[in-house]
Amino acid sequence: MEPIRTIRSKTVVLPFDDIDTDQIIPARFLTTTTKDGLGQHLFSNWRYADDGTPRPDFALNRPEAKGATILVAGRNFGCGSSREHAPWALVDYGFRAVVSSEFADIFRNNALKNGLLPVIVDAETHAWLLANPGAEITVDLESTTLTLPDGRAVSFPIDRFSRYCLMNGLDQLGFLLEQRDAIAEYERRVQA
Amino acid sequence: MPLERDMQPRSLFEKVWDAHVVRPETDDTPAVLYIDLHLVHEVTSPQAFDMLRARGLRVRRPDLTLATMDHSTPTVPIKSLKDIEVVSEPAAAKQIRQLEANCKEFGIELRGFFSGQRGVVHVIGPELGATQPGKTIVCGDSHTSTHGAFGALAFGIGTTEVGHVLATQCLLQRKPKTLAIELAGRPGPGVTAKDLILRIIGTIGVAGGTGHVIEYRGEAISALSMEQRMTVCNMSIEAGARAGMIAPDDVTYEYMAGRPLAPKGKDWDAALERWRKLPSDPGARFDREVRIDVSRLAPMVTFGTNPGMVVEIDQPVPESGDIAFKKALDYMRVEAGKPLLGTPVDVVFIGSCTNGRLGDIRDAARILKGRKVADNVRLLVVPGSDQTKREAEAEGLDEIIRAAGGEWREPGCSMCIGMNGDIVPPGKLAVSTSNRNFEGRQGPGARTILASPITAAAAAVKGVVADPRELLG
Repeated sequence: MEPIRTIRSKTVVLPFDDIDTDQIIPARFLTTTTKDGLGQHLFSNWRYADDGTPRPDFALNRPEAKGATILVAGRNFGCGSSREHAPWALVDYGFRAVVSSEFADIFRNNALKNGLLPVIVDAETHAWLLANPGAEITVDLESTTLTLPDGRAVSFPIDRFSRYCLMNGLDQLGFLLEQRDAIAEYERRVQA
Repeated sequence: MPLERDMQPRSLFEKVWDAHVVRPETDDTPAVLYIDLHLVHEVTSPQAFDMLRARGLRVRRPDLTLATMDHSTPTVPIKSLKDIEVVSEPAAAKQIRQLEANCKEFGIELRGFFSGQRGVVHVIGPELGATQPGKTIVCGDSHTSTHGAFGALAFGIGTTEVGHVLATQCLLQRKPKTLAIELAGRPGPGVTAKDLILRIIGTIGVAGGTGHVIEYRGEAISALSMEQRMTVCNMSIEAGARAGMIAPDDVTYEYMAGRPLAPKGKDWDAALERWRKLPSDPGARFDREVRIDVSRLAPMVTFGTNPGMVVEIDQPVPESGDIAFKKALDYMRVEAGKPLLGTPVDVVFIGSCTNGRLGDIRDAARILKGRKVADNVRLLVVPGSDQTKREAEAEGLDEIIRAAGGEWREPGCSMCIGMNGDIVPPGKLAVSTSNRNFEGRQGPGARTILASPITAAAAAVKGVVADPRELLG
């Protein structure tokens, strides 16, 4: 995985609360056996008309959204299913961070394991970002701050272990595999 | 240190958590948590097995791993595995084949086609007796919370974590907070476990449980059967919770006794002694507590596009200025200020890990017996597992459903998730016993009302959203 330090981008905004993983990637695309190419199906039901053509009024389809790597979404983003296809699709599409006031637990865990930064901001900052699509913002993982166009920086919470892994491009399995002896000891203890 | 800990009253969750900590959490690292049972299915596992192969890893404990196929499987009968290629889309057939190959390569027992034990993963775990009090249980599926009905700590994980558990039998976890939900009073006839959990989600909201493990307690919970408790815990994730748990009691032990994978003889006695210590100690502290009086609850129906948008069946749909709320009502073609009663229905689906068990099918059959499905409705009844199907057929429930004009199908997730060809057509309205009424969940453009099996069966018979209490007799 690519180490993450700083992400600077204009934003794309989906202002709805409770965007669930069935919207992020509908279940009919989950019959895949790989992680590849899911970006084309991201928000499929919202992004495309019934005949498969892009809906021009959908935020991701607007010309000004091109190249944006930060998504700003309403509260409780990623609720619903545990499908990791949701962060896979967001990353494959080109997003590197999602900003909201709250994330669903499983989505947040999955995002952190795929180099997609879930950035939790206070209600006031969230409201400003929702109201200002296309704002140029900076998310800095080292200082755990999000900087608004006027230079005001707000800090965001992130699990220290996940931050360490993301900043160094490490996956978390390495740490778990190093626990082999402790795991074997645990197994002996519970079987005794 | 153990002495001090023994003196502190602990909750059910804390007892199960503490017993599985391989390495405690610190500021810098999460806890390493041991997993007793890993359930695997075809949709969220292929990439995890690929990871094992790429890194030259084996499955650490195939004996603690139980696999089945349910999400993308057909619900029409097949005579041989070759038929899957015929009745399924190529991608779905490939996924099923790949799970078979992965299980063979990594030494995992697969409850596959023709095993007689296949079914929705959250139905077969309990049926086989693999789900037990005090266990940690995970699966690449958010409805793993179902197993918490036995006093297990059970939660859904992503595919990367599926790989972690396959390789190490452990997960990295931060300790969640606890939320006690007490249901006071006993609801009247026609009000089921599904109505209780919909009421809970409506009260605390779809993010009300985020970061928490719920313990359900109180009179209305103790009175439930195991199947009904599973319905409640199943939808914990729809309130945003990591997991939902119910303290094990004699109802639990009675359900478990004699199941194929349950302990036997002396082991059973020893297990029983351990399990009886699991319920929360008097005075155990929770991070939050919520109390809901359910004594006057009516059957519940959802009106919007998440399970928190729910009303009592005879009450008007509420009004709100919120844009997501308006968007949901537009999508559902529902009017604020009016009840859903009398709204014409196109499809009724009875099944899923929420309501696909024997008791659910019995409930539906009670309404359907001697009645006919309305001409405008397609009724699909999908048992949760091979065993559920056999048991229902032994009681003649399939005959009642067929005689009413309903379809009686093979087990699987089916129309709950619409991955196997069983979908609600665009724009059509379904009353469904499943767990998610998200936009397009049951098929692109499909509109979903979540309800209990008796409310769903009543809609099938009346052809409109109807109060099941009028048909109970």
